[in-house]
Amino acid sequence: MVATSALKLAEIRWHGRGGQGVVTASNLLAQAALEDGAYFQSFPEFGAERSGAPIIAYTRISHEVIHIRSQVLEPTIVVILDATLIGRVDLLAGLQEGGAIIVNTPLSPEEMRDRLDARAFVLCTVDSTGIAQKLLGRNIPNVPMLGGLLKARPLVPQEAVLSTIQHRLSARLRGEVVRANVEAFRRAYAEARVGLLEGNICEAET
Amino acid sequence: MALVTRHSRLVKEVRGTPVALDGATLVAYAMRQVRPDVVAAYPITPQTVITEAFSEFVANGEVETEFIQTESEHAALSACIGASAAGGRVQTATSGPGLALMWEVMYVASGNRLPIVMHLCARALSAPLNILCDHSDVMGIRDAGWVILLAETAQEAYDNAIQAVRIAEHPEVMLPVASVMDGFITTHGVERSEVLPDEAVAEFVGTYRAPYSILDVAHPVTVGPLDFHDFYFEHKRQQIEAMERAREVVCQVAEEYGTLTGRCYGAVEPYRMEDAEVATLVIGSVAGTLRTVVDDLRRQGIRAGMVKLRCFRPFPGRELAALLGGVGVVGILDRSISPGGAGHPLFTEVSSALCQRGCAPRMRSFVYGLGGRTPAPAQFRQAYGDLLADRQLGAEASAPVYLGLRE
Repeated sequence: MVATSALKLAEIRWHGRGGQGVVTASNLLAQAALEDGAYFQSFPEFGAERSGAPIIAYTRISHEVIHIRSQVLEPTIVVILDATLIGRVDLLAGLQEGGAIIVNTPLSPEEMRDRLDARAFVLCTVDSTGIAQKLLGRNIPNVPMLGGLLKARPLVPQEAVLSTIQHRLSARLRGEVVRANVEAFRRAYAEARVGLLEGNICEAET
Repeated sequence: MALVTRHSRLVKEVRGTPVALDGATLVAYAMRQVRPDVVAAYPITPQTVITEAFSEFVANGEVETEFIQTESEHAALSACIGASAAGGRVQTATSGPGLALMWEVMYVASGNRLPIVMHLCARALSAPLNILCDHSDVMGIRDAGWVILLAETAQEAYDNAIQAVRIAEHPEVMLPVASVMDGFITTHGVERSEVLPDEAVAEFVGTYRAPYSILDVAHPVTVGPLDFHDFYFEHKRQQIEAMERAREVVCQVAEEYGTLTGRCYGAVEPYRMEDAEVATLVIGSVAGTLRTVVDDLRRQGIRAGMVKLRCFRPFPGRELAALLGGVGVVGILDRSISPGGAGHPLFTEVSSALCQRGCAPRMRSFVYGLGGRTPAPAQFRQAYGDLLADRQLGAEASAPVYLGLRE
């Protein structure tokens, strides 16, 4: 896997629905990149957000200054927070060869590979909704998705994400909810399954 | 906050603290740091974040500003005029249609020589209804007598917000300043920026001492009286002179700010222009994307360059002539239109400035990104291709090119 220090430019496109914390996930990753000393951008697909409507957000992370200011058109990573978007939104548009897809689903990477028709990409699945329902009591899959993302692509150190979750969420949420989010991130990281290429499942790292 | 301050006998540079904030919140942070006496505003997308974040600073007691949420933008700028005439340091913020509603009052602010600072989050004008970025609103105030600065990044929006105070309140200027950032792209994008320590900003902007105050009963003055054929013309001429003096002040303040922060700005910023044979001229956030396009073209052996205009009023025609006069072909990129005009707004300004100085290169007008249309790098690679073809053909004056448009 690519070491954090060797990271040139990661371009992430997040797909989800209004209310799932898509933009927050992107912003948390950006804040973690700041703690790691990297450069970053995080921004939503601009428009009027409505609960339940398809939402897109973008993150760029690099160890060099990032000048480009357009939307991410050729992502290296696509994160899908809501599998009901499959077939309704062109989720893999422009995804670079060898890029990674992280999907919120209880399915295995092989099962999801067929549904997404994604042969040329690294595919990671993580049951973020299941984890969120269990630990948070609500379908807010954004923080577990960060666990899955880092499992597939270690863009920033886990500790940076954990400390960001603690700092940023503490400003708005009760202590027990913050702790549940930290646990959700850890569990998602542990349980995420990464299929590197067709049929080739990576052993879960701990 | 972990701050490292470097002192030497000649230069005192203050190191900032890196933050992950959106541009609008960052500008609200700068507003808190310059400590306005009065801020009057009406929330409008995408400026709303500034109003919300700043009113939170006020509510938390982090800044002692009288914050007035008015019933409209016309009222907001009118309230600013009253507060500024009373001698206060005064600011507002708006976007698109909000700016349009201020239009009448814009001229009252500049005509009364009131150093109000406005944070303008550039947005398209309706109809069709659109909340996304273009520069239609900015170009609508080009003749209103305001100094206009435009930022490429959130960092630059923060830096301009601080410098704007010094420019506006400079005794040789005394004009309102609009500090523009691109709506959503800059206002809502979270990126890495650095904020200065509060004390450094306070010291840099100093305390505003208004030459007159309507509340100073010992020295009574009249503000905004009737001014007919007897003196109106002379007062307008004085405004023109003040704007001319702002040329020097914009650069002086930028230089001083550069000494403080290490971030240096001028009225224009050339990028890889030393030996450029083809160049573009841009304003706002798209300059960043153009940097990457220029780098790509350079790797292919094309001597491409780019010039970013940071100061639109006063317009740096002399500097542009020096930078662009010797380039074979230049594309001017507009993010607004002037239907039926001699050209679109930026094109008309640039071509006029260069022709007046007798150093006009071959120029072509491009329009991109209206109503938030994605300014994709491929569009600008196409623009450079068109420019190189123009040069080889030596064609007659050619029509504007609309980039990324379905035709």
